Amino acid sequence: MTQLTDLGVAAIRSGVASGEFSALEVAEAFNARVAAAQDALNAFIVTTPEAAIAAAKATDAKRAAGQPLGKMAGVPIGMKDLFATKGVQTTAASHILEGFKPEYESTVSQKLWDAGAGMLGKLNLDQFAMGSSNETSYFGTVNSPWRRNDGSNTAMAPGGSSGGSSAAVAARLAPAATGTDTGGSIRQPAAFTGISGIKPTYGRCSRWGVVAFASSLDQAGPMARDVRDCAIMLEAMAGFDPKDATSLDLAVPEWEANLSGDMKGKKVGIPREYRVDGLDADVAASWDRGIEWLKDAGAEIVEISLPHTKYALPAYYIIAPAEASSNLARYDGVRYGLRDLPEGANLQEMYAATRAAGFGAEVKRRILIGTYVLSAGFYDAYYTQAQKVRTLISHDFKNAFTQCDVILAPTTPTAAFGLGEMVADPLAMYLNDVFAVPASLAGLPAMSVPAGLNREGLPLGLQIVGKPFDEQGVLNAGLAIEARAGFTAKPEQWW
Amino acid sequence: MSVDTATVAKIASLARLKVSEAEIAAMVPELNGILAWVEQLGEVDVTGIEPMTAVIENHLRLRDDVIGADPLAGGGIRDAVLANAPAPEHGFFGVPKVIE
Repeated sequence: MTQLTDLGVAAIRSGVASGEFSALEVAEAFNARVAAAQDALNAFIVTTPEAAIAAAKATDAKRAAGQPLGKMAGVPIGMKDLFATKGVQTTAASHILEGFKPEYESTVSQKLWDAGAGMLGKLNLDQFAMGSSNETSYFGTVNSPWRRNDGSNTAMAPGGSSGGSSAAVAARLAPAATGTDTGGSIRQPAAFTGISGIKPTYGRCSRWGVVAFASSLDQAGPMARDVRDCAIMLEAMAGFDPKDATSLDLAVPEWEANLSGDMKGKKVGIPREYRVDGLDADVAASWDRGIEWLKDAGAEIVEISLPHTKYALPAYYIIAPAEASSNLARYDGVRYGLRDLPEGANLQEMYAATRAAGFGAEVKRRILIGTYVLSAGFYDAYYTQAQKVRTLISHDFKNAFTQCDVILAPTTPTAAFGLGEMVADPLAMYLNDVFAVPASLAGLPAMSVPAGLNREGLPLGLQIVGKPFDEQGVLNAGLAIEARAGFTAKPEQWW
Repeated sequence: MSVDTATVAKIASLARLKVSEAEIAAMVPELNGILAWVEQLGEVDVTGIEPMTAVIENHLRLRDDVIGADPLAGGGIRDAVLANAPAPEHGFFGVPKVIE
């Protein structure tokens, strides 16, 4: 018999709607699975079983009363702990926000609750979403449910920054979870754990109530087990919000209803600059298979050029820290969060002591870089130059999209690495996002779908990048790959 | 460009981050590694290129000029605003004495 926790969003929603099982049964099954995995995986910072139960009871009552059910009715989800949730601790995985209980609800999470979803808990992440392995969390590292097939039992990174989200969905602790993507933080963890995730066009999902990292890049999106589930959840998350100045004032398309894996008449661009020297052989082979799958779906393959690709990552590591240093200035020990007031300290000393005690090493590193590149005398050389390069990267995509409808590339240069294997070298860690960052800088919709396993038995992802506002094209290409990849592997349960 | 211990100390002070001498010593090579790597942006010809301001074209909106239109921003919620303050006093945010 299929366990309820093996079901995805669409299956749960239809099972609840048809009365095959109740939303309460689903919530209880996932609550139990979350609790049983918490010590081993550490995917959640806090669990909220009572919230999942309450939402499920509300859905069951609505169904009993014959009222219409929402897009996510009866589906319990994990909420990345970057979204403000009223009355429930919201930390961004930082010490400085430990104990912070917002008095308000983020727009995206509110939309999900309005659509009938329930909350299993707040998911662990890299501190302030800065990291690619979930190792910068103040609340401990998340263990990926995946392991290498060499019997070594090395603890693997779930990716980051949405590492709690990816681990929870891959381990079937939640059918879906929210993520946020600033420079790959949805796509890279999705690729590392064999799940799907989409970052929509910048502005589709409201940033209101999402702890800010780099505001010109931050974008929320769903992480789930397949493309359809992502489409359903993205519909529930997206939409105009007057409370976010960069929110797109556009109607939310019916992405789920318009899903089609037929790629006839579509052109798929293969960026030659992504085929870097020394590209991992398994990653290269998986990319080649992806090309064949899209051809099989009817697409025409065209080679394209994105000439400024190699400059995307260095530009990102100026722009994102610059914005972060500004955004994180708000944590001062006065209005919320931690205060460290040494004996006899004045106001300035309190700020400095609070921030020193409350931020982790990677966050401090980025604040310092950001402060430096924005400081007098260096602003033009670093920040303005990076923003000009960003314009060129955006132009590269614009030019490429005159020749193709979507772009296909690997999501990451390698499969997941072991925890601790990369922490000594911040630059090596940054390079993990080399294929993900360009689409972020250009604000484009991009998704990762599972494409197979490498020689070590670890998942690999393929990335599809689309034109602005064309989430549909991205989801459809993802569906075409999903149908042909036949990815059914899941981590063997060791926890 | 590269940074030395004095520069890192100055940046840390601008960023209101208390750092020990040992921390500064550890940060200097780390930050220099990152700065040397981003230096390659200097190779890019940006003649006539405008710096990016909005990644997706959008227009700035003005909200309706109505007091309290957004209940979260309209005032009258002092206790909610102070609820997470580490040291609220008499309905205000408390801070160490700033005037001698």
